[in-house]
Amino acid sequence: MSGLTQIESIPPQDYARLGFEKEQLVWMLRKMIEIRLFEEKFEELYLMRGLITGPAHLCFGEEAVAVGVMSALDPNDYIISSHRGHGHALAKGIPAKLVMAEVLGKSTGTCKGLGGSMHVGICPEKNSLFASAIVGSQIPIASGVGLALKYKKSDRLVAVFFGDGATNTGAFHEGINLSAIWKLPVIFVCENNRYAIGMKIENAVATNSIAIRATAYGIHGISVDGNDVVAVHEATKQAINIARSGGGPTLIECKTYRQKGHGIYDKAPYRPKEEVEEWLKKDPIVNFEKKLIASRIVSQEEVGKLKSQVQSEIDEAVKFAQESSILPFVELEKLVYA
Amino acid sequence: MREITYAEAIRETLREEMIKDPNVLLIGEDVGAYGGAFKVTDGLLKEFGPERVRDTPISEAAIVGAAIGASLMGLRPIAEIMYVDFLSICLEQICNQAAKMRFMSGGQLKVPMVIRTQYSLGRAHGAQHSQCTPSWLLQVAGVKVALPSTPYDAKGLLTTAMRDSNPVVYMESSLLYRVKGPVPENDYTVPFGKTDIKREGSHVTVVAISRMVREAMAAAEMLKEEGIETEVLDPRTIQPLDIETIVNSLRKTGRLAIAEDDSKTGGVGAEIAASIAERAIDYLDAPIVRIAAPDMPIPFSPSLEQEYMPNKEKIVEAVKSLLK
Repeated sequence: MSGLTQIESIPPQDYARLGFEKEQLVWMLRKMIEIRLFEEKFEELYLMRGLITGPAHLCFGEEAVAVGVMSALDPNDYIISSHRGHGHALAKGIPAKLVMAEVLGKSTGTCKGLGGSMHVGICPEKNSLFASAIVGSQIPIASGVGLALKYKKSDRLVAVFFGDGATNTGAFHEGINLSAIWKLPVIFVCENNRYAIGMKIENAVATNSIAIRATAYGIHGISVDGNDVVAVHEATKQAINIARSGGGPTLIECKTYRQKGHGIYDKAPYRPKEEVEEWLKKDPIVNFEKKLIASRIVSQEEVGKLKSQVQSEIDEAVKFAQESSILPFVELEKLVYA
Repeated sequence: MREITYAEAIRETLREEMIKDPNVLLIGEDVGAYGGAFKVTDGLLKEFGPERVRDTPISEAAIVGAAIGASLMGLRPIAEIMYVDFLSICLEQICNQAAKMRFMSGGQLKVPMVIRTQYSLGRAHGAQHSQCTPSWLLQVAGVKVALPSTPYDAKGLLTTAMRDSNPVVYMESSLLYRVKGPVPENDYTVPFGKTDIKREGSHVTVVAISRMVREAMAAAEMLKEEGIETEVLDPRTIQPLDIETIVNSLRKTGRLAIAEDDSKTGGVGAEIAASIAERAIDYLDAPIVRIAAPDMPIPFSPSLEQEYMPNKEKIVEAVKSLLK
């Protein structure tokens, strides 16, 4: 199936009509808060306490993408993540303590401390397959996962996350084309956060849309407000319906913004101040929280309680990670080959 | 024992494993309707259908990437990269993804896939369709590399590769496709990491790889006429690489020549020579000599290509220099 749709921000009065219940909406808010508080703690451990080192790509401002997609997927569906993947891992249900242990390089982490921040998304029990830190390379691998699912006549699908920068790699083209010709159950989720390190999207892509590239592959493309978790959910639902009915892959462009720099040390001076301020006003968590409170779906009090619960989970995760051991070096050699 | 060609041995192995294991899939350019660029997979599409024998667009990164994804999900894909030269456009998927997945996942992930590829040195294919560069993969921990030199090994090594739980690059020589040799009809494997003693001899050891094994065997015949007894060894896999058998041979001969179609600089021979220098330099009565491709792109003009190529005459000359 091919075509192009656009999904704007969805007002809360439409939530009931779209079938959302309080429980799911609260889960979405809670997950986004979990990702934000996790990364706030991450920054603290990294910058103030020196407990984390190495490349660290935060997803402040992009939480609605991970949570919106995951809320629509079935737990049996698979995901593949990117170097900016804390949010994907947490949204897919990997316990925060395992993710925290991984970024601290501990043996209890999702990769036993051998992956680090850029590769936290490995958890077979949660169907979180892996995370590639070579930009774009995960895209053809997702096509292979889709191929296996189709070959086994499974009704599951795979969603693969990547940034706007990845859409200019050859792997993007090769991988999506392969999924398109074989009609594989793959959802290509582009988090267009407008910057590939310091390269702004207008200088990297000659069109004002990434979703439009879908038409060139003969697949469906969706452009969605990536800062509205409900809108991302709806976009994903469309893609799921297409995939599960044998219609093949969909490319979803989630228009969002990287509130912080590329890496943890990057203060991103290359961005206009007004642009940053404008996007900060569109913060996905603040706005969703406001919407839920204004429409009396949750109370201020409930939100406060939820935040303190999540905060104590994150603090527990840090404690768990700090108390965990590091894999002995002698164990490594056996992990090279199966 | 019946004799079949190297190409037939490969096709038979693919076919037999596909019959045994429904999780085996072939993915690659022209592997199906065309029957493979060298007709190695001819007939398999007809027998197994397009779900299992999948023609792909010209997308090497996607071919290997898709094989990785499929193998993560429990399938056993055989990805075909038409020429060794084309590995350069999918090395990222091999080196950064397939090779590292098991390690980076702390042992949770497995990538049981085979990449079949071939080199066409000696067929006037020019600089971009002739290279033999298994050395590119020598540094890549996590990948295994097999180079069969006979129809027997072609079947035995491919069977092992297809049942291995790791990514294996299986590198063929198209000059060997029509070579006939004894191949058992029954199911057998040739183990990885076990150097084969092709011919015993007491004066000199020649370690040869892929096509050069035949040249080394022919050279050994020529040398015999001059009273020189040559031991010919074929490592068969360069990752893992069995150095022990080479060391044992040197205890007897004290002289080592290494023959390969890879480049002399940084080739497989360089690694073997370094390992021998480290472990067995005391056994050597003469310097190690390498018969390898010159450090230049491969010339097209057939006579120039013949001059470029390592061959039996060059092995004979090198061995004689060792015995002076």
